[in-house]
Amino acid sequence: MPPGRPIRRVRRVRRLGEAIIERGLLGSALLSILTTVAILVILGRNTVDFFAEVSLAQFVLDTQWTPLFADKHYGIWPLLAGTFLTSAIAIGVALPFGLLAAIYLGEFATPRMRAVLKPTLELLAGVPTIVYGYFALVTLTPLLQRIMPGLAGFNALSPGIVMGIMIIPMITSLGEDAISAVPRTLREAAYALGAGKLATVFRVVVPTAMSGIAASLVLAISRAVGETMIVAIAAGQQPRLTLDPREPVETMTAYIVQVAKGDTPTGTLEYRTIFVVAATLFVITFVANVASFRLARRYRGR
Amino acid sequence: MVSWTLVSVPSTCRIGVAPLLTLACAAGCTVPAGTGGIVVVDGSSTVYPISEAVAEEYGRRGPGRVAIGTSGTGGGFKKFCKGEVAITGASRPISAGEIATCEAGGVDFVELPIAYDGIAIVVNPAADWVDHLTVDELARLWAPAAQGTATRWSDLRAGWPDAEIHLFGAGVDSGTYDYFTQAIVGTEHASRGDYTASEDDHVLVQGVASDIHALGFFGFAHYVESAHGLRLVAVDDGRADNGDGPIAPSVVTVGDGTYQPLSRLVFLYVATSASVGPEIAPFVRFYLDTVASVVQDVGYIPLPAQAYPLVRARFDARMTGSSFDGAGSQVGVRIEDLLGMG
Amino acid sequence: MQRLSRRPPSRALERAFRGLCLLAVLLPVALLGVLLFDVIRTGIARIDVEFLTSFPSRRPEEAGILAAAVGSLWLVTLTAAFAVPIGVATAIYLEEYARTGRLAGLIEINISNLAGVPSIIYGLLGLELFVRALALGRSLIAGALTLALLVLPIVIMATREALRSVPASLREAALALGATPWQVVRQVVLPIAVPGVMTGSILAISRAIGEAAPLLVLGALSYVDFLPEGIRSPFSALPIQIFNWTRRPQPGFAVDAAAGIIVLMATLLVLNATAILTRNRMQKRLGR
Repeated sequence: MPPGRPIRRVRRVRRLGEAIIERGLLGSALLSILTTVAILVILGRNTVDFFAEVSLAQFVLDTQWTPLFADKHYGIWPLLAGTFLTSAIAIGVALPFGLLAAIYLGEFATPRMRAVLKPTLELLAGVPTIVYGYFALVTLTPLLQRIMPGLAGFNALSPGIVMGIMIIPMITSLGEDAISAVPRTLREAAYALGAGKLATVFRVVVPTAMSGIAASLVLAISRAVGETMIVAIAAGQQPRLTLDPREPVETMTAYIVQVAKGDTPTGTLEYRTIFVVAATLFVITFVANVASFRLARRYRGR
Repeated sequence: MVSWTLVSVPSTCRIGVAPLLTLACAAGCTVPAGTGGIVVVDGSSTVYPISEAVAEEYGRRGPGRVAIGTSGTGGGFKKFCKGEVAITGASRPISAGEIATCEAGGVDFVELPIAYDGIAIVVNPAADWVDHLTVDELARLWAPAAQGTATRWSDLRAGWPDAEIHLFGAGVDSGTYDYFTQAIVGTEHASRGDYTASEDDHVLVQGVASDIHALGFFGFAHYVESAHGLRLVAVDDGRADNGDGPIAPSVVTVGDGTYQPLSRLVFLYVATSASVGPEIAPFVRFYLDTVASVVQDVGYIPLPAQAYPLVRARFDARMTGSSFDGAGSQVGVRIEDLLGMG
Repeated sequence: MQRLSRRPPSRALERAFRGLCLLAVLLPVALLGVLLFDVIRTGIARIDVEFLTSFPSRRPEEAGILAAAVGSLWLVTLTAAFAVPIGVATAIYLEEYARTGRLAGLIEINISNLAGVPSIIYGLLGLELFVRALALGRSLIAGALTLALLVLPIVIMATREALRSVPASLREAALALGATPWQVVRQVVLPIAVPGVMTGSILAISRAIGEAAPLLVLGALSYVDFLPEGIRSPFSALPIQIFNWTRRPQPGFAVDAAAGIIVLMATLLVLNATAILTRNRMQKRLGR
């Protein structure tokens, strides 16, 4: 390379280019923050406008949700109940299966089996939710109706079960990571003390991996709460304050779809109910996500 | 190590250029929605099947390029009066507020009645205690005061089973709901809130078909499409002059006006401003010429044969304005009165 | 020294437990298999050239999936065109330029949260921002931008994993030779990470192609009988078409919906298979 001023010019240009590139990359990274800000602004602005007309007490204390009818009630509880019911059923299905599967993959499976079984389970998460919704409505509900004759065509049980199947891989994946991360020395110490496999798993491994398992559970809850298509197709559209899984309910997500797809003109109070419900949803999933993030960090030992 | 350079150059190019190309394309190769030859129709999900059938036939004759949305009667009017769509379907006449919005938006429109629709009351086939219902009973069942009080079949008529009624019906966003409340309860938009409300008639059909204690109301056309699993209930409006006793909806009874008060007209509204694209008028003409032949295919009832040429003439003359003066859902309107057919 | 158990549990119990765990792995997969089999059985007869090349119709026997399939293709291509470059750039920044520091930490927790935000909220974001504020209308570009925001966290996380798997020694060697950070990234790190980036892109595309909720909120159309003509064109998409068909009462449409699901799943299968094959081949070429 020739010495002297040309080098300095080349170096200066290169440094300038570097700076531009770095700024560009930073800009991309800031886009994610911008996205969150945009979400907060959109949800927040409409929520504030909503609460200018409807009191917080009404929102939290009323037990009916009929904002679109002549007799308007703005209590969030029926929608919360719908979401809670379907999510609880989903977790009730996903947790036992997911945890046992994680234990199998982490404790019993050979590396080769793991290489085959883990992607197979991941398939469950790769199926589009509309397909699951179709299953719930067309295949599972009639099946359940034959077993439980009192089951309404739209109910919380069918989508709950299907959602549970869908989120099993979330619990298995993170759970297995956490279980595999438990040091071998702990296991060997347990065996040395005379514990069998069963005792080791339940009294040493799982408790040690608990924060990772908890992280996966909370993440799975967040996913179930935010699920839209499965419940929109199979759970019904009747906000109802109930804990009976055999009746039609409406979740927060299904309500948003119902109103956003329909007639309600923008800028009205009815329209703003979408954003209030979305804000509630966002807060719930945000809390869950942050909790999961913190728990996961703890088990990773950072 | 050697293979790096083979891989690195393309990946860098690919990374930076793609979004720039897309944005550049955005500026240059755009087709503004609604113009450039695409006919966009929006509005009522009740009118949607008719529009779909017509669009399908239109597409058979040549490149169709029709897009149909279902934002609902009110949602369609909102877009219509802002000039975002040029054609909107409505299962009720345009309201006073919507007329004002259109005026403010500089949108003149032609109101075109295109078919009759009935609102069917349905129950599960196994609900054998229901022979017919009177308008009074329906009013008692669906009035706002009924929420929480009229909850069992026995509340409705003595002798009926003491079991909970499960109600299904059109959602508050739909023209069907507007019309039903106007016709039965007497005030538009007034009804109880504790029923399964849905714009998707499939939800309602499934709901009633799978529940012995269910009762629902929705467009007759959707009953026709899914008759298995449902049973029509005859309605008695207590008036002898338009048919005595309980009358069930059918192509005949809706067409000749004896199925009251739950028969109604459905409409197409077309914008006539200068900014409307040239592809709109041929489509609307085709629509009016074809609708009589496809309407029964999708479960609606055609207007009397003499009516369609008059409607077509109304469009050709661009007779703007609404015959209903923005009064909203009108019960018992006959096409003969509307078009002055005598 | 205390024993953890008073007597060793029987081998039979342990074996039973192991069997139970294996069941927990296989049963859901088997159930999925049964459900898929049911769908295939319902819909496979419907799939023929006519179904694949027809537009929607009021008659179930004549309805086809062409507009929806092509619409999905366009949508997903545009989504990837936005999400992949921005996602890779963000991951590069986080991994190569600013590994620590408050800003990086904030961005990281932000991305992890965005990954968990329900897709319907992205739909609302797209509705207010792209459809209304930027006046893009119910167009392909609005849908693509919305989906791009939705899948961005996936691309970022997958790319970060890929970047992390590049040995630090290689980076340090390049720096020792006088390379600038960007040169290190472009000529050393990225080429090795390309298979991982591809995996992330395919994951993102697979997610985007199956999403219906955001598109519904944006205002997807129910009937489209033409192929998209530009990025501001109205459009339809596979999940939306399937959704519409499940809503119609005629039994024939349930068959159409099943057939649509088969097309969607087949597309996903082909997509993922191609990705895995290409990635494996690239990994072999790079000597890993």
